[in-house]
Amino acid sequence: MQAEEKLTYETWPASPEKSTLEAKNKFLGFWLFLGGETVLFASLFATYLSLKDKVPDSTHHLAKDIFSVPLTLVATMLLLTSSLTSVYAMYHMKNFAFKKMMIWLGITVLLGFGFLGLEIYEFNHYVHEYGHTFTSSAFASAFYTLVGFHGAHVCFGLGWILALMIRNYKRGLNLYNAPKFYVASLYWHFIDVVWVFIFTVVYLMGMVG
Amino acid sequence: MSTYAQKKGFGATVWDYLTTVDHKKIAILYLIAGGLFFLIGGLEAVFIRIQLAVPNNDFVSAGAFNEIITMHGTTMIFLAAMPLLFAFMNAVMPLQIGARDVAFPFVNALGFWLFFFGGIFLNLSWFLGGAPDAGWTSYASLAIHSKGHGVDFYVLGLQISGFGTLMGGINFLVTIINMRAPGMTYMRMPLFTWSTFVASAMILFAFPPLTVGLTLMMFDRLFGANFFEVAMGGNTIIWEHLFWVFGHPEVYILILPAFGIFSEIFSTFSRKRLFGYSSMVFATVLIGFLGFMVWAHHMFTTGLGPVANAIFAVATMAIGVPTGIKIFNWLFTMWGGSVKFTTPMYYAFGFIPSFVCGGVTGVMVATAAADYQYHDTYFVVAHFHYVIVGGVVLALLAGTHYWWPKMFGTMLNETLGKITFWLFFIGFHLTFFIQHFLGLWGMPRRVFTFLPGQGFDAANMVSSVGAAFMSAGVILLLLNIVVTQVKNVKVGNDPWEDGRTLEWAIPSPPPFYNFKQLPLVRGLDALWLEKMEGKKGMTPAEPLGDIHMPNASFIPFMISLGLFIAAFGAMYHVNDKPWAIPVLILGLAVTFGSMLVRSLKDDHGFHIHKEELQDEKGAEA
Amino acid sequence: MKRLANWRLVSLFAMLALALSGCSGKPFVSALRPAGEVADIQYDLMKLSTYIMVGVIIIVMVIFIIVFFRFRRKDDRIPKQVEGSHTLEIIWTVIPILLLLILAVPTVSATFKLADVKEMDKKDSDALVIKVRSHLYWWDFEYEKQKIVTSQDLVVPTDEKVYFDLKSLDVKHSFWIPAVGGKLDTNTDNINKFWLVFDDKKANEAGNLFYGKCAELCGPSHALMDFKVKAISRDQFDAWVSNMKAVKEPEKAQTDVAAQGQEIFNKSCIGCHAVTPDVKPEAARVAPNLTNFGERARVAGILEHNKEELKNWIKNPETYKPGNEMTGKYPDMTDEQLDALAEYLMGLKVQD
Repeated sequence: MQAEEKLTYETWPASPEKSTLEAKNKFLGFWLFLGGETVLFASLFATYLSLKDKVPDSTHHLAKDIFSVPLTLVATMLLLTSSLTSVYAMYHMKNFAFKKMMIWLGITVLLGFGFLGLEIYEFNHYVHEYGHTFTSSAFASAFYTLVGFHGAHVCFGLGWILALMIRNYKRGLNLYNAPKFYVASLYWHFIDVVWVFIFTVVYLMGMVG
Repeated sequence: MSTYAQKKGFGATVWDYLTTVDHKKIAILYLIAGGLFFLIGGLEAVFIRIQLAVPNNDFVSAGAFNEIITMHGTTMIFLAAMPLLFAFMNAVMPLQIGARDVAFPFVNALGFWLFFFGGIFLNLSWFLGGAPDAGWTSYASLAIHSKGHGVDFYVLGLQISGFGTLMGGINFLVTIINMRAPGMTYMRMPLFTWSTFVASAMILFAFPPLTVGLTLMMFDRLFGANFFEVAMGGNTIIWEHLFWVFGHPEVYILILPAFGIFSEIFSTFSRKRLFGYSSMVFATVLIGFLGFMVWAHHMFTTGLGPVANAIFAVATMAIGVPTGIKIFNWLFTMWGGSVKFTTPMYYAFGFIPSFVCGGVTGVMVATAAADYQYHDTYFVVAHFHYVIVGGVVLALLAGTHYWWPKMFGTMLNETLGKITFWLFFIGFHLTFFIQHFLGLWGMPRRVFTFLPGQGFDAANMVSSVGAAFMSAGVILLLLNIVVTQVKNVKVGNDPWEDGRTLEWAIPSPPPFYNFKQLPLVRGLDALWLEKMEGKKGMTPAEPLGDIHMPNASFIPFMISLGLFIAAFGAMYHVNDKPWAIPVLILGLAVTFGSMLVRSLKDDHGFHIHKEELQDEKGAEA
Repeated sequence: MKRLANWRLVSLFAMLALALSGCSGKPFVSALRPAGEVADIQYDLMKLSTYIMVGVIIIVMVIFIIVFFRFRRKDDRIPKQVEGSHTLEIIWTVIPILLLLILAVPTVSATFKLADVKEMDKKDSDALVIKVRSHLYWWDFEYEKQKIVTSQDLVVPTDEKVYFDLKSLDVKHSFWIPAVGGKLDTNTDNINKFWLVFDDKKANEAGNLFYGKCAELCGPSHALMDFKVKAISRDQFDAWVSNMKAVKEPEKAQTDVAAQGQEIFNKSCIGCHAVTPDVKPEAARVAPNLTNFGERARVAGILEHNKEELKNWIKNPETYKPGNEMTGKYPDMTDEQLDALAEYLMGLKVQD
């Protein structure tokens, strides 16, 4: 199948994300890229765990003093829900329902911004309430690097999905942009999975001390 | 769109290469850039050997010496060996599997330009206040302590070029998985393609830890973080782990493609299929897997304790087994064969004793308790040069001679090639063999000088003389290249006459679409099978049709340039330069802006029409 | 041809090795002349692995040479395309595994043995524990139980286990006495521990002096971060310790010139350099302790031990050890002042 062809509901393939060679390549390449990203985050997690609560002296706050589960639980819910809404978007993409896909992607983006807002509030809170800044201790550096890397991924993901939505707003789905939507949603799921680990390792395990 | 047949002026050629997404041209770019860095790294090696030729020498100062050794190691590994291997992977792998290009031609170009700008950035340090001086391993306590911007150049330069390598790895993986010609099953792939596959998978998993390590180092040095500041709760051992989790697989990323190159050469010039092909594939995969399990053998003296040391010692020894399998398989490929001694075969022959020496000393240094003596001495220097020069560099030189006709359509002079081999080979053993003993006699590595009266004098002189021989060899190779290209005698599809794999089924150099019709592969050594049945070339697997090709693009260059600019901003912001932050933002804007353009502008490529293909002569599939 | 040349080279180097490590009465550097239990264990492992590996090399080379001569292309025939041989492949998989097992067992046992430092952690052990603290280009040695500190020249008793407790106070270094045993890094983050034994007979042969080195790149003068080890009998060691402990306050200068030197020292040097061996906090010991400077083997670990070199060193340490921490910490001195200072420092002796 050619990427530029105009298609209808009837001719739309079952797996539009991998129906051309370019799309297949993109699909596989992106999965591999996520494999590399997994190792990247694994390294960051390892660094965080070995530097957790490593502070210069007792005036510094430790994980159990600063993290609040309610706030991050809300953030977790937002991000998990956004993962679900992006699944709906991809469901409609496969059914050639462009408008519905756009709506669900829109909701995903909104939820994503909600998450980002909470994260910014959270960081701000730590800095002003606890003096827990990027440069205050090894623990803080490791915390902000791990969670910040994730936050940067969220930012990039939001920008990406938004750019795709704006670019394709007028022209609907085709086999050229369907794989693009698909890998963007894959990226979004990956971000979500990483967050589940952050929530567990950083916040829940942090509370336990 | 069919501009491929036109004669071009100089400017047009330059623009062509700046914007190319053709894997064969990118291969040439990698070869030129990698070759250039190889010469720079070689020059640094010569300086090292001049400085150490006699005791108490003052050819270079202590500080400059540390910069030279750091840049020698970094340049040779990241900017010479890997890009040169990438050159061959790009030039040959798609041809070997019968593909028209790699999976992501655009990303391929991006990978090259990232590597190139990263390398240039790193080397600019020589002119901007001093090169990095904490060793290529850049252990954290010393790297944090290092004054000036040297280590910053290391961190940012490697970060940029590392992204390029990672993209290259993903690209090759997808190409091999998705784009094999009809009939090219995994177990019919040439060994070089297999080793490219495994090395790419290793790149994918080994480079992220380096990325993280470099990021932490960058945050510490430039943005006030405390990962490695012990007083602030930091820990420098984290760097050692991250670096070697990357660093050890990196060694296999280099050596596996080298094995691949030699596998092709042994088989071709013995006129025999590779002995034990499936066990060769298995051994390659196993080495790739075990390569991730042994990183801490670089840290035996760090104090990880006897349990870790014992486990990593045994795991490391285990790698000796698949490597041994390979050596014997090569020997038995030649056994019963009809061995023709061409220049590539000279290198392949020289490789066996050299690499076996490097391999056995590898088992010796894996012996943890004894390694307490070897570690950080010239014994280790000798060991890894036997592996990397005796393995990787010999493979690169062999590959250069072997695939030169395929890449450029001309044949390097065989006589000059053989003289080059002898100079290089003798020089190599002269330089490095004695260094085993220097280490055992008590000479630590990375010393800028040594005092007389410790028994090191004569041996160091011998080693330096060897370096002169190696230099002469490299100069002769350059001469050979110039002479060959000036004469410009064109060769046909299969200039070695014993070609077995698909790359020898198409013209030298191949047309930009590689295969007019995709070939039908009927077994291992696809072309050889056809030749043995008296056919001239491959049977096409498809009727002649339109070919879809990607468009050239200047965007990869711009994305890379943006990061190059941003790196200066990041680096000088610690000096409170008012322009630093704006430059950082400008650079990132160029990068992300270019990415956005790429994302928003549809790029469907173009088609070469059937009629045009019929007009092209000499492109029989 | 080229094989032959290589073998000649090998034997040449072997002879060279013997010649160079064979001179007695000189201090040892070489790991090939082990002078203690640890180095012996390591040397045995080296020998074992070398034998195995030379065996492997010989087998490979035999096949290699046969291939080289027997299978050259003589005509245009096409050789038989052999796929492989399971028997052969099993042989060259199983035999290496067995060889590696032969090597792995002693490796693991030696690794555990060399890491056994239980004795130094026991409460009332009388094991000798030396705290080694590395600094940019010099070494500090604290004898924990004896409560004395010395620098640059490590003094140890022979024929008993000496335990080391290693740490660095600036960047990572590595503590290595090649003839006595393999190295261990001095990390900035944590303390590393190991033990060594200094063989009495071998120490005598070496004039009771071994060379020690820093093995981890630590900056410009990494190459010059040498130290010396005086290995003496237990009795002599005990005597040395009590002599050291006897120094409660700085030695009085013996001559007028030296007294002048001491005055200069007290004005310009004593801020960093102690001349009593008492144990001050680690961070306060910023420069080598000079209590027994007059009895040391080298100035700054590298220069001949005489007044002339000492004066050169004080005049311009940067030329001798680039990047050191001493340069610029004291005023320039006239030749007269240097003479006096050298006279005083060379007179700092604890043994009579």
